[in-house]
Amino acid sequence: MKLLLKIWRQNGPQDKGKMVDYNVDGIEGDMSFLEMMDVLNSQLIEKGDEPVIFDHDCREGICGSCSMFINGEAHGPGRNVTTCQLHMRSFKDGETIFIEPWRAEAFPVIKDLMVDRSAFDRIIQAGGYVSVNTSGNTQDANSLPIPKEDADLAFDAATCIGCGACVATCKNASAMLFTSAKISQLSLLPQGQVEAKERVINMVNQMDLEGFGNCTNTGACEVECPKGISLDNIARMNREYLSATAKGKK
Amino acid sequence: MALDSKIPEGPLKDKWTNYKNQIDLVNPANKRNIDVIVVGTGLAGASASASLAELGYNVKTFCFQDSPRRAHSIAAQGGINAAKNYQGDGDSTYRLFYDTVKGGDYRSREANVYRLAEVSANIIDQCVAQGVPFARDYGGLLDNRSFGGVLVSRTFYAKGQTGQQLLLGAYSALSRQIAKGKVEMHNRHEMLDLVKVDGKARGIIARNLVTGEIQRHSAHAVVIASGGYGNVFFLSTNAMGSNVTAAWKAHKKGAHMANPCFTQIHPTCIPVSGGFQSKLTLMSESLRNDGRIWVPKKMEDAKAIQAGTLKGKDIAEENRDYYLERRYPAFGNLVPRDVASRAAKERCDAGFGVNKTGEAVYLDFKSAIVRYGKQEAFVHGNKNPSDAEIQTLGKAAVAAKYGNLFQMYEKITDENPYEMPMKIYPAVHYTMGGLWVDYDLMTDIPGCYAAGEANFSDHGANRLGASALMQGLADGYFVLPYTIGNYLSKDIRTGEIPNDSAEFMAAEKEVKARIDGFMNAKGTKPVDHFHMRLGKLMWENCGMARNAEGLQKGMKEIKALKEEFFANVRIPGVANGVNQELEKAGRVADLMELGELMCKDALERSESCGGHFREESVELDGIQKGEAKRDDENFSFVSAWQWNGESGKQELIKEPLEFKDIAVKQRSYK
Ligand SMILES: Cc1cc2nc3c(=O)[nH]c(=O)nc-3n(C[C@H](O)[C@H](O)[C@H](O)COP(=O)(O)OP(=O)(O)OC[C@H]3O[C@@H](n4cnc5c(N)ncnc54)[C@H](O)[C@@H]3O)c2cc1C
Ligand code: SF4
Ligand code: FES
Repeated sequence: MKLLLKIWRQNGPQDKGKMVDYNVDGIEGDMSFLEMMDVLNSQLIEKGDEPVIFDHDCREGICGSCSMFINGEAHGPGRNVTTCQLHMRSFKDGETIFIEPWRAEAFPVIKDLMVDRSAFDRIIQAGGYVSVNTSGNTQDANSLPIPKEDADLAFDAATCIGCGACVATCKNASAMLFTSAKISQLSLLPQGQVEAKERVINMVNQMDLEGFGNCTNTGACEVECPKGISLDNIARMNREYLSATAKGKK
Repeated sequence: MALDSKIPEGPLKDKWTNYKNQIDLVNPANKRNIDVIVVGTGLAGASASASLAELGYNVKTFCFQDSPRRAHSIAAQGGINAAKNYQGDGDSTYRLFYDTVKGGDYRSREANVYRLAEVSANIIDQCVAQGVPFARDYGGLLDNRSFGGVLVSRTFYAKGQTGQQLLLGAYSALSRQIAKGKVEMHNRHEMLDLVKVDGKARGIIARNLVTGEIQRHSAHAVVIASGGYGNVFFLSTNAMGSNVTAAWKAHKKGAHMANPCFTQIHPTCIPVSGGFQSKLTLMSESLRNDGRIWVPKKMEDAKAIQAGTLKGKDIAEENRDYYLERRYPAFGNLVPRDVASRAAKERCDAGFGVNKTGEAVYLDFKSAIVRYGKQEAFVHGNKNPSDAEIQTLGKAAVAAKYGNLFQMYEKITDENPYEMPMKIYPAVHYTMGGLWVDYDLMTDIPGCYAAGEANFSDHGANRLGASALMQGLADGYFVLPYTIGNYLSKDIRTGEIPNDSAEFMAAEKEVKARIDGFMNAKGTKPVDHFHMRLGKLMWENCGMARNAEGLQKGMKEIKALKEEFFANVRIPGVANGVNQELEKAGRVADLMELGELMCKDALERSESCGGHFREESVELDGIQKGEAKRDDENFSFVSAWQWNGESGKQELIKEPLEFKDIAVKQRSYK
């Protein structure tokens, strides 16, 4: 198939950036979206132009690197897929495709489609862990049974890949879905209880410091999240936050 | 120079305990004055960084991704082994040790493997304490599954995302130390050289991948945990960025590369679908617990399938060849990876492949669906279920176990694996070879350590499923913290290592010159063009089956390709900013040199063992006829290659392997 691509090019954080048109031909349905981008980039290089810069690594939907806003949707059409898992069979011959980076104040563009998501790392650093040393002096793993239901829910929350689609999708650029996923995982497990209060307060504070917006419950993040992280996590985080602050910890 | 593996004295089971009792320790006040560089944030690097920082060292950690959480360990699916014996099925430290040595076809070092088995149980305790949500049974206890090549259930898992959950556990421990200021994290940085001062590893040269700045970082010790080099084949289950550069630079500075030709070809991957393909996707080996592998018995059926006029699901039971069950009745579909991969290739080479390229076999859940369906019906009191009920219940049970894998398969292939048997084919997955290390995980450059997939230590010629995650975490959480301390205890009076010594300046200059070389190349082709060609010729000449002629041809072709690459590559853009082509160029240049050495190593080892299959070395008769033939008399050693100033001209140094606690047997899965 033949496609017209309209791609955001921006030379650096200070550059204003603009959409540029590119034509590609010979695209097959079995190609992934990123393989289609490889085809374009090879063409650009052979012509002596600079290829389009984008983050990617695993190309199987798990590392969370890839991050394209395609035709107005984070990770493009299709539910529960990352950009690298999107296949060209989802598009039609002759179609025009708009490709942009994640846009959020807390995710500044580095170049073209590559953005800086280190704010997510700093949110985790603010408390997304259990304070246990790795010295090996821990109790036997089976000494504390955990109800399967809780373990499964914790697992579901823990499958967040930190891609940032939730932020890119949200009209307020809120990071609630991402942050609440980590808080939920740990609050559902006995190991996470000890520091639960400080954790939720510190992580939420960090989220605000980074310049992410507020949550106004539109639920768009859940729809675009490639891992199906549920809005229930936000509700759980809000409960945790309320109970932590109500007890005068703030 | 002979290699000293520094195996502690004493009985196998006491070696590690004795070692720990006898090493020198560094007092906490001194640790504050000691810097350690860790290259990599996968399971090995993240766990090492966190543990060393907790002990009090100043740690500087590097990864090329935008966050430590994206290291390729994140993609591991199936599980992690540990000798917990929670299932009471006869597992023990010794059995895990035995299975690993046997699975590795007796090409690994006993003492290292035993230590790995010994610390394995503690890994699970540690991860649970960190909040890793492993799968549990209805009683709330940890669940296990079994993996290829063993007869017990010792694999812990978190659905099909075990690597992700373990890595996020290690990442959280790392994040905690970053927050405390004990780890200085350098994301989007790539190590481009190792710096040696007075013969010791004292730092690295790194490139900031955003600004292009070349930086000199000094430390008292350097840990290389940069993962595997399967991308030398271009198509592999590795991430696009996985590479050998960090390890290769250490090699060129004097660290030996051990058993570089030992590559694992994983039997269950999604087959190649076209020439544009950039990577291959693994379907977890856990699928072989319930899926049955087959091809048609009749050539005409195979031909019809290849032509697209017949579907696998329409072939009657009696016309299916469950070739693994046929050839290996004791292990059936659960034979180790190397055996399963070769068997698939054998059937496809004979013309029985089941897709248009003839390079695929079926992995079928039909029987599992029926079996689980009946079981579920029975449990729910339905003693006389209809076929439809069995199908519904069975599919739900299979979905509960493998749902995410089935979904992934469907996304990629656009075929529903609940209705049609999956198609799979072997693909490059893991590299057992790597930097040679002694018992301390130190390379033969003092102060330079290697951990995780980047070293060669524990898996011999073939790795068992679910053992890489175990090894990465064992190295980082439980081994390096002791062994590095022992080395650093002699360094407490050294003081800070200056990063402007002649050695650092020279290394920096060399790195810059190499970058200039790439930027000034006057060619027209993108880096991928050469990488794909390298991959193809490695797959053809140094892939699943190897012979002397092909290997020699491979070496010659790589040499030519290398020359063409330097003359004909084009790197657009600038060096002082984001330049992904420049990054790739450096990696591919190193992979080419590595490829040459892999062929050389494979040529030298004229036996078949584990993943290394030499067509000249097969059993000629008896029930093992056609199986790989190992040659213990002549090849019971580790091949350690020493850099001699020129690619492909390395010198072979042999580390003899001794087996005192295990009887060396022919590896039979019949
Ligand atoms: C698809 C897949 C599934 C797997 N499933 C399983 C499984 O179920 N069970 C199992 O036991 N094993 C499995 N494995 C194997 C296992 O995942 C890997 O062997 C293991 O995770 C490697 O960990 P590592 O820490 O050594 O390296 P990696 O996780 O690969 O990390 C490498 C790190 O090094 C960094 N790095 C590399 N080069 C440089 C450089 N020059 N400069 C700076 N940083 C650098 C990277 O940024 C990264 O942080 C699987 C592997 C794959 C590919
Ligand atoms: S919550 Fe979903 S969309 Fe947001 S970072 Fe996690 S995986 Fe991505
Ligand atoms: S590249 Fe890893 S999730 Fe897309």
